[in-house]
Amino acid sequence: MEQNEQKNNGLNRRTFLQGAALGLASLALPFDRADASFWESFFQKHFREMNEAEIKNVLSRLEREYEEKYKKAIKIGNEKAMPGVLFGYGLDLSRCIGCRRCVYGCVEENNQSLDPQIHWITVLRFKKGEKWVDLENAEKYYNPEKVPQDEYFYMPVQCQQCENPPCVRACPTQATWKDPDGIVVIDYNWCIGCRYCMAACPYGARRFNWGTPNRPAEKINPKTHYLGNRPRYRGVVEKCTFCIQRTRKEPGRYPACVEACPVGARKFGNLLDPTSEIRYAIEHKRVFRLKEDLNTSPKFYYFFAYGK
Amino acid sequence: MRTCTASGIGLVFFLSFLFLPSRGAPVENDVHKKYLVPPPPFSEGIFPCSQCHQGMPVNRTPRKLEMMHQDIVLHHMPDGWCFDCHNPDNRDTLRLANGKLVKFEESYNLCGQCHGIILREWKAGLHGKRSGMWNGEKQYLLCVHCHWPHDPEFKPITPMPPPVMPSDIK
Repeated sequence: MEQNEQKNNGLNRRTFLQGAALGLASLALPFDRADASFWESFFQKHFREMNEAEIKNVLSRLEREYEEKYKKAIKIGNEKAMPGVLFGYGLDLSRCIGCRRCVYGCVEENNQSLDPQIHWITVLRFKKGEKWVDLENAEKYYNPEKVPQDEYFYMPVQCQQCENPPCVRACPTQATWKDPDGIVVIDYNWCIGCRYCMAACPYGARRFNWGTPNRPAEKINPKTHYLGNRPRYRGVVEKCTFCIQRTRKEPGRYPACVEACPVGARKFGNLLDPTSEIRYAIEHKRVFRLKEDLNTSPKFYYFFAYGK
Repeated sequence: MRTCTASGIGLVFFLSFLFLPSRGAPVENDVHKKYLVPPPPFSEGIFPCSQCHQGMPVNRTPRKLEMMHQDIVLHHMPDGWCFDCHNPDNRDTLRLANGKLVKFEESYNLCGQCHGIILREWKAGLHGKRSGMWNGEKQYLLCVHCHWPHDPEFKPITPMPPPVMPSDIK
Protein backbone atom coordinates (compact mmCIF):
# COMPACT_ATOMS: atom_id res chain seq x y z
CA MET A 1 0.00 0.00 0.00
CA GLU A 2 2.73 2.47 1.05
CA GLN A 3 4.96 1.44 -1.84
CA ASN A 4 2.20 2.17 -4.28
CA GLU A 5 1.71 5.64 -2.90
CA GLN A 6 5.41 6.39 -3.30
CA LYS A 7 5.35 5.23 -6.88
CA ASN A 8 2.43 7.46 -7.56
CA ASN A 9 4.20 10.47 -6.13
CA GLY A 10 7.41 9.70 -7.97
CA LEU A 11 9.23 11.28 -5.04
CA ASN A 12 10.42 9.53 -1.93
CA ARG A 13 12.21 10.99 1.04
CA ARG A 14 15.66 10.07 -0.26
CA THR A 15 15.35 11.55 -3.73
CA PHE A 16 13.76 14.64 -2.26
CA LEU A 17 16.71 15.21 0.09
CA GLN A 18 19.19 14.53 -2.68
CA GLY A 19 17.51 17.02 -4.94
CA ALA A 20 17.24 19.61 -2.20
CA ALA A 21 20.93 19.24 -1.38
CA LEU A 22 21.94 19.64 -5.02
CA GLY A 23 19.70 22.64 -5.40
CA LEU A 24 21.11 24.33 -2.32
CA ALA A 25 24.64 23.57 -3.43
CA SER A 26 23.99 25.10 -6.81
CA LEU A 27 22.60 28.20 -5.10
CA ALA A 28 25.92 28.59 -3.30
CA LEU A 29 27.81 28.61 -6.60
CA PRO A 30 28.06 32.13 -7.96
CA PHE A 31 26.63 31.57 -11.44
CA ASP A 32 26.41 35.31 -11.86
CA ARG A 33 30.22 35.36 -12.07
CA ALA A 34 30.25 34.88 -15.81
CA ASP A 35 33.92 35.79 -16.30
CA ALA A 36 36.06 32.91 -17.44
CA SER A 37 38.89 33.57 -15.01
CA PHE A 38 36.65 32.71 -12.04
CA TRP A 39 35.82 29.31 -13.44
CA GLU A 40 39.40 28.75 -14.52
CA SER A 41 40.61 29.35 -11.02
CA PHE A 42 37.77 27.18 -9.69
CA PHE A 43 38.98 24.23 -11.73
CA GLN A 44 42.72 24.94 -11.37
CA LYS A 45 44.74 21.79 -10.76
CA HIS A 46 47.25 21.27 -7.97
CA PHE A 47 50.42 23.21 -8.76
CA ARG A 48 52.66 20.17 -8.81
CA GLU A 49 50.31 18.23 -11.07
CA MET A 50 50.23 20.87 -13.78
CA ASN A 51 52.45 20.73 -16.82
CA GLU A 52 54.37 23.74 -18.11
CA ALA A 53 51.61 24.87 -20.45
CA GLU A 54 48.97 24.71 -17.73
CA ILE A 55 51.21 26.64 -15.33
CA LYS A 56 51.77 29.26 -18.02
CA ASN A 57 48.01 29.61 -18.43
CA VAL A 58 47.53 30.04 -14.69
CA LEU A 59 50.31 32.62 -14.47
CA SER A 60 48.94 34.70 -17.34
CA ARG A 61 45.43 34.53 -15.86
CA LEU A 62 46.75 35.71 -12.48
CA GLU A 63 48.79 38.47 -14.12
CA ARG A 64 45.61 39.63 -15.83
CA GLU A 65 43.70 39.59 -12.56
CA TYR A 66 46.41 41.51 -10.71
CA GLU A 67 46.71 44.07 -13.48
CA GLU A 68 42.97 44.65 -13.31
CA LYS A 69 43.12 45.04 -9.55
CA TYR A 70 46.28 47.12 -9.14
CA LYS A 71 46.29 48.88 -12.54
CA LYS A 72 49.94 48.02 -13.07
CA ALA A 73 51.86 45.14 -14.60
CA ILE A 74 52.89 42.50 -12.10
CA LYS A 75 55.26 39.80 -13.29
CA ILE A 76 54.73 36.36 -11.74
CA GLY A 77 57.73 34.08 -12.01
CA ASN A 78 57.86 30.33 -11.69
CA GLU A 79 61.55 29.56 -11.19
CA LYS A 80 62.11 25.94 -10.19
CA ALA A 81 64.53 24.85 -7.48
CA MET A 82 68.10 24.80 -8.79
CA PRO A 83 69.97 21.48 -8.69
CA GLY A 84 72.75 21.21 -6.14
CA VAL A 85 71.30 23.97 -3.97
CA LEU A 86 70.01 23.66 -0.43
CA PHE A 87 69.36 27.06 1.06
CA GLY A 88 70.51 27.82 4.57
CA TYR A 89 70.33 30.92 6.70
CA GLY A 90 72.53 32.14 9.50
CA LEU A 91 71.79 34.76 12.11
CA ASP A 92 74.54 36.14 14.30
CA LEU A 93 73.01 36.73 17.74
CA SER A 94 76.18 38.41 18.98
CA ARG A 95 75.65 41.19 16.41
CA CYS A 96 71.86 41.63 16.14
CA ILE A 97 70.84 44.95 17.69
CA GLY A 98 67.06 44.47 17.42
CA CYS A 99 66.47 47.48 15.14
CA ARG A 100 63.74 45.72 13.06
CA ARG A 101 65.16 46.95 9.74
CA CYS A 102 64.80 43.36 8.50
CA VAL A 103 61.09 43.26 9.37
CA TYR A 104 60.26 46.25 7.20
CA GLY A 105 62.71 45.32 4.45
CA CYS A 106 60.81 42.06 4.19
CA VAL A 107 57.43 43.82 4.07
CA GLU A 108 58.58 46.04 1.19
CA GLU A 109 59.94 43.13 -0.82
CA ASN A 110 57.22 40.58 -0.19
CA ASN A 111 54.02 42.65 -0.55
CA GLN A 112 52.63 42.00 2.91
CA SER A 113 49.38 43.66 3.89
CA LEU A 114 49.91 46.99 5.67
CA ASP A 115 46.54 47.20 7.37
CA PRO A 116 45.72 44.61 8.70
CA GLN A 117 49.40 44.46 9.42
CA ILE A 118 51.38 41.33 8.53
CA HIS A 119 55.06 40.84 9.38
CA TRP A 120 56.89 37.67 8.47
CA ILE A 121 59.74 38.39 10.90
CA THR A 122 59.27 38.80 14.65
CA VAL A 123 62.17 40.23 16.63
CA LEU A 124 62.16 38.93 20.21
CA ARG A 125 63.88 40.71 23.06
CA PHE A 126 65.35 38.74 25.97
CA LYS A 127 66.80 39.93 29.22
CA LYS A 128 70.44 39.03 29.59
CA GLY A 129 71.38 36.66 32.37
CA GLU A 130 67.98 34.98 32.63
CA LYS A 131 67.06 31.47 31.53
CA TRP A 132 68.55 31.07 28.06
CA VAL A 133 65.99 31.68 25.27
CA ASP A 134 62.99 31.89 27.53
CA LEU A 135 60.49 32.16 24.70
CA GLU A 136 57.47 32.50 27.01
CA ASN A 137 58.89 35.65 28.56
CA ALA A 138 60.34 37.15 25.41
CA GLU A 139 58.99 40.51 24.35
CA LYS A 140 58.19 41.57 20.81
CA TYR A 141 56.57 44.97 21.38
CA TYR A 142 59.66 46.64 22.87
CA ASN A 143 60.10 50.23 21.74
CA PRO A 144 63.00 52.09 23.38
CA GLU A 145 64.62 55.30 22.13
CA LYS A 146 67.75 53.50 20.97
CA VAL A 147 68.81 49.92 20.43
CA PRO A 148 70.73 47.90 21.44
CA GLN A 149 70.10 48.30 25.17
CA ASP A 150 72.82 47.04 27.46
CA GLU A 151 70.65 44.68 29.47
CA TYR A 152 68.92 42.92 26.55
CA PHE A 153 69.71 40.79 23.56
CA TYR A 154 67.58 40.22 20.48
CA MET A 155 66.57 37.25 18.37
CA PRO A 156 64.63 37.59 15.11
CA VAL A 157 62.40 34.61 14.32
CA GLN A 158 60.93 33.79 10.93
CA CYS A 159 60.16 30.60 8.99
CA GLN A 160 62.96 28.17 9.82
CA GLN A 161 62.53 26.23 6.54
CA CYS A 162 62.58 22.89 8.37
CA GLU A 163 63.88 19.80 6.63
CA ASN A 164 61.13 17.95 8.47
CA PRO A 165 58.34 20.54 8.43
CA PRO A 166 55.37 19.79 10.71
CA CYS A 167 53.25 22.37 8.86
CA VAL A 168 53.45 20.39 5.62
CA ARG A 169 52.17 17.23 7.28
CA ALA A 170 49.31 19.12 8.89
CA CYS A 171 47.96 20.59 5.65
CA PRO A 172 44.81 18.72 4.55
CA THR A 173 44.91 19.98 0.96
CA GLN A 174 48.67 19.74 0.28
CA ALA A 175 48.69 23.46 -0.38
CA THR A 176 52.11 23.71 1.29
CA TRP A 177 55.16 21.59 0.61
CA LYS A 178 58.94 21.55 0.73
CA ASP A 179 60.72 22.12 -2.58
CA PRO A 180 64.03 20.34 -3.42
CA ASP A 181 66.09 23.43 -2.51
CA GLY A 182 64.63 23.25 0.99
CA ILE A 183 62.18 26.16 0.79
CA VAL A 184 58.75 25.43 2.26
CA VAL A 185 56.26 27.09 -0.08
CA ILE A 186 52.51 27.78 -0.11
CA ASP A 187 50.15 27.80 -3.08
CA TYR A 188 47.75 30.61 -2.15
CA ASN A 189 45.23 29.31 -4.67
CA TRP A 190 45.04 25.93 -2.92
CA CYS A 191 45.13 27.10 0.68
CA ILE A 192 41.67 26.76 2.23
CA GLY A 193 42.55 28.80 5.30
CA CYS A 194 42.04 26.07 7.91
CA ARG A 195 45.21 27.23 9.75
CA TYR A 196 46.16 23.70 10.78
CA CYS A 197 49.71 24.52 9.60
CA MET A 198 49.83 27.50 11.94
CA ALA A 199 48.87 25.27 14.85
CA ALA A 200 51.51 22.76 13.80
CA CYS A 201 54.37 25.27 13.41
CA PRO A 202 56.46 25.36 16.61
CA TYR A 203 58.00 28.71 15.64
CA GLY A 204 54.87 30.80 15.10
CA ALA A 205 56.22 31.66 11.68
CA ARG A 206 53.02 31.49 9.64
CA ARG A 207 50.62 34.41 9.24
CA PHE A 208 46.93 34.40 8.34
CA ASN A 209 45.11 36.97 6.22
CA TRP A 210 42.15 37.59 8.53
CA GLY A 211 41.04 40.47 6.37
CA THR A 212 41.49 41.41 2.74
CA PRO A 213 45.19 42.20 2.27
CA ASN A 214 45.52 45.93 1.94
CA ARG A 215 48.50 47.38 0.14
CA PRO A 216 48.43 50.43 -2.14
CA ALA A 217 49.24 49.65 -5.76
CA GLU A 218 52.23 52.00 -5.84
CA LYS A 219 53.82 50.03 -3.01
CA ILE A 220 53.40 46.65 -4.72
CA ASN A 221 56.69 45.06 -5.71
CA PRO A 222 55.97 43.90 -9.29
CA LYS A 223 58.73 41.26 -9.38
CA THR A 224 56.98 38.26 -7.86
CA HIS A 225 56.99 34.49 -7.75
CA TYR A 226 53.90 32.25 -7.83
CA LEU A 227 54.96 30.53 -4.60
CA GLY A 228 56.37 33.68 -3.03
CA ASN A 229 55.49 37.34 -2.86
CA ARG A 230 52.60 37.66 -5.34
CA PRO A 231 49.65 39.51 -3.77
CA ARG A 232 47.66 37.24 -1.46
CA TYR A 233 43.95 36.75 -0.82
CA ARG A 234 41.80 36.98 2.26
CA GLY A 235 41.71 33.68 4.14
CA VAL A 236 45.09 32.26 3.12
CA VAL A 237 48.25 31.59 5.10
CA GLU A 238 51.61 33.13 4.18
CA LYS A 239 55.17 33.10 5.49
CA CYS A 240 58.85 33.69 4.71
CA THR A 241 60.13 31.96 1.56
CA PHE A 242 63.81 33.08 1.74
CA CYS A 243 62.74 35.64 -0.93
CA ILE A 244 62.20 32.88 -3.49
CA GLN A 245 61.68 35.49 -6.23
CA ARG A 246 65.23 36.82 -5.65
CA THR A 247 67.22 33.77 -4.66
CA ARG A 248 66.10 31.19 -7.22
CA LYS A 249 68.12 32.80 -9.98
CA GLU A 250 71.55 32.40 -11.51
CA PRO A 251 72.96 34.71 -10.22
CA GLY A 252 70.40 35.34 -7.49
CA ARG A 253 70.23 38.25 -5.12
CA TYR A 254 70.42 37.95 -1.35
CA PRO A 255 67.09 37.96 0.51
CA ALA A 256 65.75 41.41 1.39
CA CYS A 257 66.36 40.95 5.13
CA VAL A 258 70.06 40.20 4.51
CA GLU A 259 70.38 43.45 2.58
CA ALA A 260 68.39 45.41 5.15
CA CYS A 261 70.45 44.41 8.17
CA PRO A 262 72.72 47.35 9.13
CA VAL A 263 75.10 45.24 11.23
CA GLY A 264 75.56 42.30 8.87
CA ALA A 265 74.10 39.80 11.32
CA ARG A 266 72.23 37.91 8.61
CA LYS A 267 73.98 35.35 6.42
CA PHE A 268 72.57 33.41 3.52
CA GLY A 269 73.87 30.81 1.14
CA ASN A 270 74.02 27.30 -0.20
CA LEU A 271 74.52 24.65 2.46
CA LEU A 272 75.97 22.29 -0.16
CA ASP A 273 78.68 24.79 -1.16
CA PRO A 274 81.69 24.41 1.19
CA THR A 275 82.89 27.95 0.37
CA SER A 276 79.64 29.71 1.28
CA GLU A 277 79.54 32.02 4.28
CA ILE A 278 76.78 29.99 5.90
CA ARG A 279 79.04 26.91 5.85
CA TYR A 280 81.87 28.99 7.33
CA ALA A 281 79.59 30.03 10.18
CA ILE A 282 78.42 26.48 10.86
CA GLU A 283 81.95 25.07 10.79
CA HIS A 284 83.71 27.76 12.81
CA LYS A 285 81.21 29.20 15.27
CA ARG A 286 78.96 28.21 18.15
CA VAL A 287 75.71 27.32 16.40
CA PHE A 288 72.27 26.27 17.53
CA ARG A 289 68.90 25.77 15.93
CA LEU A 290 65.68 26.80 17.57
CA LYS A 291 63.76 24.01 19.34
CA GLU A 292 66.13 21.41 17.96
CA ASP A 293 64.59 18.80 20.27
CA LEU A 294 61.41 18.75 18.17
CA ASN A 295 63.32 17.07 15.33
CA THR A 296 62.10 19.61 12.80
CA SER A 297 65.71 20.07 11.63
CA PRO A 298 65.54 23.77 10.67
CA LYS A 299 67.85 25.22 8.03
CA PHE A 300 67.99 28.46 10.01
CA TYR A 301 71.14 28.57 12.12
CA TYR A 302 71.65 30.98 15.00
CA PHE A 303 75.29 31.53 15.81
CA PHE A 304 77.68 33.69 17.82
CA ALA A 305 80.50 35.20 15.81
CA TYR A 306 82.28 36.39 18.93
CA GLY A 307 81.89 35.54 22.56
CA LYS A 308 80.59 38.15 24.96
CA MET B 1 109.27 4.53 -26.59
CA ARG B 2 110.39 4.83 -23.01
CA THR B 3 112.66 7.76 -23.76
CA CYS B 4 109.80 9.40 -25.54
CA THR B 5 107.59 9.17 -22.41
CA ALA B 6 110.45 10.33 -20.23
CA SER B 7 111.16 13.30 -22.39
CA GLY B 8 107.41 14.04 -22.44
CA ILE B 9 107.33 14.07 -18.66
CA GLY B 10 110.44 16.21 -18.67
CA LEU B 11 108.80 18.66 -21.02
CA VAL B 12 105.74 18.89 -18.79
CA PHE B 13 108.00 19.56 -15.82
CA PHE B 14 109.85 22.21 -17.73
CA LEU B 15 106.66 23.84 -18.89
CA SER B 16 105.18 23.82 -15.40
CA PHE B 17 108.30 25.55 -14.06
CA LEU B 18 107.98 28.01 -16.85
CA PHE B 19 104.36 28.83 -16.08
CA LEU B 20 104.01 28.46 -12.32
CA PRO B 21 105.89 31.60 -11.28
CA SER B 22 104.11 33.71 -13.85
CA ARG B 23 100.77 32.44 -12.55
CA GLY B 24 101.88 33.01 -8.98
CA ALA B 25 102.96 36.62 -9.43
CA PRO B 26 99.62 38.51 -9.76
CA VAL B 27 97.99 36.66 -6.84
CA GLU B 28 98.28 39.67 -4.56
CA ASN B 29 96.36 41.80 -7.05
CA ASP B 30 93.70 39.10 -7.45
CA VAL B 31 93.16 39.04 -3.70
CA HIS B 32 92.31 42.71 -3.74
CA LYS B 33 90.10 42.43 -6.79
CA LYS B 34 88.10 39.70 -5.08
CA TYR B 35 86.56 42.12 -2.61
CA LEU B 36 84.26 44.46 -4.44
CA VAL B 37 83.93 47.53 -2.24
CA PRO B 38 82.30 50.91 -2.82
CA PRO B 39 84.58 53.98 -2.61
CA PRO B 40 85.65 54.97 0.93
CA PRO B 41 83.16 57.27 2.72
CA PHE B 42 85.25 60.44 2.72
CA SER B 43 83.71 63.67 3.99
CA GLU B 44 82.81 66.04 1.16
CA GLY B 45 85.88 67.55 -0.52
CA ILE B 46 88.42 66.16 1.96
CA PHE B 47 90.18 63.80 -0.46
CA PRO B 48 92.87 63.92 -1.82
CA CYS B 49 94.48 65.01 1.43
CA SER B 50 97.49 66.30 -0.51
CA GLN B 51 95.44 69.23 -1.81
CA CYS B 52 96.12 70.92 1.57
CA HIS B 53 98.99 68.89 2.98
CA GLN B 54 101.19 69.23 -0.11
CA GLY B 55 104.25 71.24 0.87
CA MET B 56 103.05 71.73 4.46
CA PRO B 57 105.77 71.06 7.04
CA VAL B 58 105.21 67.77 8.88
CA ASN B 59 104.88 68.07 12.64
CA ARG B 60 105.34 64.59 14.04
CA THR B 61 104.81 65.40 17.72
CA PRO B 62 101.55 64.08 19.17
CA ARG B 63 99.43 67.08 20.20
CA LYS B 64 95.90 68.39 20.35
CA LEU B 65 94.88 69.59 16.88
CA GLU B 66 93.72 73.22 16.81
CA MET B 67 93.80 74.43 13.21
CA MET B 68 91.98 71.61 11.42
CA HIS B 69 90.40 68.22 12.14
CA GLN B 70 89.37 69.28 15.65
CA ASP B 71 86.28 67.07 15.27
CA ILE B 72 88.50 64.00 15.30
CA VAL B 73 88.85 62.81 18.87
CA LEU B 74 90.58 59.49 18.88
CA HIS B 75 88.60 56.85 20.78
CA HIS B 76 90.39 53.91 19.32
CA MET B 77 93.87 52.96 20.46
CA PRO B 78 94.98 54.32 23.83
CA ASP B 79 97.69 56.92 23.16
CA GLY B 80 97.14 56.56 19.45
CA TRP B 81 98.32 59.23 17.07
CA CYS B 82 97.56 60.14 13.41
CA PHE B 83 100.75 58.67 12.01
CA ASP B 84 100.08 55.24 13.46
CA CYS B 85 97.90 54.78 10.39
CA HIS B 86 98.29 57.86 8.15
CA ASN B 87 101.42 58.29 6.09
CA PRO B 88 103.21 61.58 6.99
CA ASP B 89 105.17 61.55 3.72
CA ASN B 90 102.15 61.16 1.45
CA ARG B 91 98.78 61.83 3.06
CA ASP B 92 96.89 60.18 0.22
CA THR B 93 97.97 56.77 1.45
CA LEU B 94 97.87 54.85 4.68
CA ARG B 95 100.89 53.17 6.20
CA LEU B 96 101.13 49.77 7.85
CA ALA B 97 103.31 49.21 10.91
CA ASN B 98 105.87 47.49 8.71
CA GLY B 99 106.18 50.56 6.49
CA LYS B 100 104.17 49.20 3.56
CA LEU B 101 101.78 51.70 2.02
CA VAL B 102 98.11 50.89 1.37
CA LYS B 103 95.47 52.77 -0.55
CA PHE B 104 92.34 54.01 1.20
CA GLU B 105 90.39 51.56 -0.97
CA GLU B 106 92.25 48.68 0.69
CA SER B 107 92.20 50.03 4.23
CA TYR B 108 90.97 46.66 5.53
CA ASN B 109 94.60 45.52 5.43
CA LEU B 110 95.44 48.31 7.86
CA CYS B 111 92.63 47.36 10.27
CA GLY B 112 93.61 43.71 9.93
CA GLN B 113 97.00 44.38 11.53
CA CYS B 114 95.33 44.27 14.95
CA HIS B 115 91.93 42.77 14.09
CA GLY B 116 93.27 39.73 12.28
CA ILE B 117 90.45 37.34 13.13
CA ILE B 118 87.87 39.89 12.08
CA LEU B 119 89.69 40.43 8.78
CA ARG B 120 89.75 36.68 8.16
CA GLU B 121 86.01 36.46 8.84
CA TRP B 122 85.32 39.52 6.72
CA LYS B 123 87.09 37.85 3.81
CA ALA B 124 85.08 34.68 4.38
CA GLY B 125 81.91 36.78 4.25
CA LEU B 126 81.02 36.31 7.90
CA HIS B 127 81.87 39.68 9.44
CA GLY B 128 80.08 42.65 8.00
CA LYS B 129 77.24 43.22 5.66
CA ARG B 130 77.06 41.49 2.31
CA SER B 131 74.80 42.49 -0.55
CA GLY B 132 74.60 41.61 -4.22
CA MET B 133 74.36 38.02 -5.39
CA TRP B 134 74.53 35.00 -3.08
CA ASN B 135 75.92 32.89 -5.95
CA GLY B 136 77.57 35.66 -7.94
CA GLU B 137 79.27 38.98 -7.43
CA LYS B 138 79.12 39.98 -3.78
CA GLN B 139 79.28 43.58 -2.68
CA TYR B 140 81.55 43.99 0.35
CA LEU B 141 81.84 47.06 2.53
CA LEU B 142 85.06 48.54 3.90
CA CYS B 143 85.49 48.45 7.69
CA VAL B 144 85.16 52.23 7.69
CA HIS B 145 81.70 52.17 6.08
CA CYS B 146 80.26 50.95 9.41
CA HIS B 147 83.02 51.85 11.89
CA TRP B 148 84.30 55.40 11.89
CA PRO B 149 88.01 54.61 12.28
CA HIS B 150 88.66 57.31 14.87
CA ASP B 151 85.82 56.05 17.09
CA PRO B 152 84.95 52.64 15.71
CA GLU B 153 82.30 51.38 18.10
CA PHE B 154 78.91 50.89 16.40
CA LYS B 155 76.54 53.56 17.76
CA PRO B 156 72.98 52.70 18.96
CA ILE B 157 70.22 53.51 16.46
CA THR B 158 66.49 54.13 16.65
CA PRO B 159 64.45 50.95 16.15
CA MET B 160 61.64 50.69 13.61
CA PRO B 161 58.11 50.64 15.12
CA PRO B 162 56.93 47.48 16.91
CA PRO B 163 54.12 45.38 15.43
CA VAL B 164 50.53 46.37 16.17
CA MET B 165 49.32 44.86 19.44
CA PRO B 166 46.20 42.70 19.18
CA SER B 167 44.44 45.07 21.61
CA ASP B 168 45.00 47.97 19.18
CA ILE B 169 43.37 46.24 16.20
CA LYS B 170 40.03 47.81 15.37
